[in-house]
Amino acid sequence: MKKLINDPENVVTEALRGMELAHGDLIRVHFDPDYIVRADAPVQGKVAIVSGGGSGHEPMHGGFVGHGMLDAACPGAVFTSPTPDQVQAATEAVDGGAGILHIVKNYTGDIANFEMAAELAGDANVRAVVINDDVAVEDSLYTAGRRGVGGTVLAEKICGAAAERGDDLDAVVALCERVNANVRSMGMALTSCTVPHAGEPTFELGEDEMEIGIGIHGEPGRHRVQLEPADQIVERLLTPIVDDLPFSQGDRTLLFVNGMGGTPQIELYIVYRAAATMLADRGITVERSLVGDWITSLEMAGTSITLLKLDDEMIDLWDAPAHTPAWRQGR
Amino acid sequence: MSVDSPQVVVFLERFAEAMSEHRRLLTRLDSPIGDADHGENMNRGMQAALPKLQGDTPSDVLKAVAMALVSKVGGAAGPLYGTGFLRASKAVEGKAVLDADDIAAALDAAFAGVAQRGKSTRGQKTMLDALGPALDAAQQAAADGSAVSDLLRRAAEAADQGKRDTVPLLAQRGRASYLGERSIGHQDPGATSTAILIACMTGDDALVATAAEDAAREDHEEEPQVDEDV
Repeated sequence: MKKLINDPENVVTEALRGMELAHGDLIRVHFDPDYIVRADAPVQGKVAIVSGGGSGHEPMHGGFVGHGMLDAACPGAVFTSPTPDQVQAATEAVDGGAGILHIVKNYTGDIANFEMAAELAGDANVRAVVINDDVAVEDSLYTAGRRGVGGTVLAEKICGAAAERGDDLDAVVALCERVNANVRSMGMALTSCTVPHAGEPTFELGEDEMEIGIGIHGEPGRHRVQLEPADQIVERLLTPIVDDLPFSQGDRTLLFVNGMGGTPQIELYIVYRAAATMLADRGITVERSLVGDWITSLEMAGTSITLLKLDDEMIDLWDAPAHTPAWRQGR
Repeated sequence: MSVDSPQVVVFLERFAEAMSEHRRLLTRLDSPIGDADHGENMNRGMQAALPKLQGDTPSDVLKAVAMALVSKVGGAAGPLYGTGFLRASKAVEGKAVLDADDIAAALDAAFAGVAQRGKSTRGQKTMLDALGPALDAAQQAAADGSAVSDLLRRAAEAADQGKRDTVPLLAQRGRASYLGERSIGHQDPGATSTAILIACMTGDDALVATAAEDAAREDHEEEPQVDEDV
């Protein structure tokens, strides 16, 4: 294992210290239990948005805490759900009296911990929306359901803007559900990744192999195939996405090409080009775009593609100002 | 056996010891169908719980272990075990000594809590597949007018059988469910730690050792040596 760390046990704590030192004008970091809140929290009269999950997906979620996005983020250990006491403390710290939305990715652990936190947070008016946009997982009674992946980033930007402009809790919840209903994602990996305290890659991939349909925790995907040119890989990812919603001719969309942590930007733009071309061929309009490392799996090389069907309100909120450690626009 | 609060502390101390001793087994069971951390997580949680195991009533002790697990275990097991212990605690609130009916009621509440928290039911390759049979056996024993020690033994034997019966099951909850058919043929780590927990309440080391066997591994080869403490 070759990593820029000190002790594997201190990875999350030391990174949080770094964030606190670098971005003290935007956020405050609380330790034991660990959570990040925006510097002006609680904002009275505003719906508060709290998210969280295992660490290792940076900049999500901690990098999204600030004006126009999240009020709080709860980082767990690497790839491990945060605990209810963390989420409860964060929820109480940002409660501005207008209610709290928990944005939760669909993993058994995340859901159980957030639900328990909501119960423990007694008086606060907490609602939860579960994001489950990963088309690689069959959504059936026989699985834990589709995982929450790239769509989470878009939901946090759009719903954060709605809360910031003063929407009430019912409206923010409804919007978050609408984003989730209209977003689909799928990812692939060229390499595995190594969880610091594990010390070994989570799975092995040969030089000439790739894993299609991966999640964001280094778990194996839907199937393993021989490496192909980028255009073919994009087709493998985008076809199930477009067919699933389904997206159709005339739809206005946001195309999000995400890096898994170890992929250079130059490759992400090659992916973007292929995806945009494929969508244009199908008559699907891309009105907004996002390219970069926004929801990662440590140093994994690979990409995920997320497509969101937009409406006028979502576009306004997407374009609204945000000022967080990782996201700065229009302000 | 009189199940008062010192006795519940003894149960849980044994469980902490068993989680430390068998953490490699639990993590190995969690490797092919989970994320290879169940043993380490449960051990960390129970070690954190040890200094907090106190209270005037069994209910207080159960609540203390619940809160420690909730804040230290993480993942799915923390809130699942935490909810189970918390509901058991509520079911026997105010009682200084638990009789057979109380223990059956505590198991009933724990089962319902875990099922609700995990949105799960029996037969989905989870800890409920050990807890459910233990509950059935405890309820039957209570109805028969059995002594507490007999009830606990019957519950432990049923939990162990339930754990063994998870091997051929298809996982339908948790990360194992993403594997589909590939989850068949492995013993569920959560059912295993639950079988160990129930066995720890009997005070019979042989039952604990049986609960910590992997029925999917026919040769019963010994677990690799446990490293010095993590």
